[in-house]
Amino acid sequence: MKAKVFVMPKQSILDPQGVAVRDAMRHHGMPGVKFVRVGKVIDLEVEGATEAQLHEIARDLLSNPVVEDYTIQLGA
Amino acid sequence: MKAAIIRFPGSNCDQDCEFVLKEQGFQTEFVWHKDTSAAGFDLIVLPGGFSYGDYLRCGAIARYSPIMKSVIEQAAQGVLVLGICNGFQILCESGLLPGALVRNRDLRFICEHVQLRVESTASPFLSGATVGSVLNIPIAHGEGNYVCDATTLAQLNAENRVLLRYEGVNPNGATENIAGICNAARNVFGLMPHPERACDSHLGSTDGRIIFQSILASLA
Repeated sequence: MKAKVFVMPKQSILDPQGVAVRDAMRHHGMPGVKFVRVGKVIDLEVEGATEAQLHEIARDLLSNPVVEDYTIQLGA
Repeated sequence: MKAAIIRFPGSNCDQDCEFVLKEQGFQTEFVWHKDTSAAGFDLIVLPGGFSYGDYLRCGAIARYSPIMKSVIEQAAQGVLVLGICNGFQILCESGLLPGALVRNRDLRFICEHVQLRVESTASPFLSGATVGSVLNIPIAHGEGNYVCDATTLAQLNAENRVLLRYEGVNPNGATENIAGICNAARNVFGLMPHPERACDSHLGSTDGRIIFQSILASLA
């Protein structure tokens, strides 16, 4: 099974990387940029796992639910 | 008194902890992260460093080290657990302490002495200090910005579990200047500053000693 796990900082958490990238984009001639958030994508190929197990590992290891949200895209 | 110092691949403050603990009168033993038992100690220290290269998130992979199962069991039995810097991050990732430590507000690694206000002496870790006193102890981290949800924050404050706050300047953007917290049972303490680096006058401060002295006194 192939999957992509997207991990993003929660909306309620200040993302200083996103703010820094947004400011850099403004300095580089894109004053209209309003919002940037920086997260990560984790590419997976797993044999013999269920979708529920993927969610478990995404919640427990690949993301930290205190500060991050994740989404899983299957077959990517 | 016997202290275990857990070594993860990437721990780099383990020998500083050993030096200070021995100086204070502890017997120390290094425990490798692949070992499965941390039993038989009065104190377990998770030292600072960059366990597993900070891959994924600081402390995220160390949390799954074989030794952590035993550390969690020992903590549940009331053994004192002290997590310094990366050790604090591991305690949060493993659920022994609430919240998380994220990237510093200004995205820079900060290595400097800071002032810490003692908020509570009601724990074995600061029982010898005075509430309101200010300790001069260095920090050295890129991810020390403490965050938690509003419910957790209210609970930490209501239960007097914030043991140390940054005084004056907030170096990393931590919520309510939080520098160190303990669990509800008050036997697990995590802090971003490095008290083991402030135990010798040659290093500019001896204010960190109060933590190790308090632990020793409370175990006696």
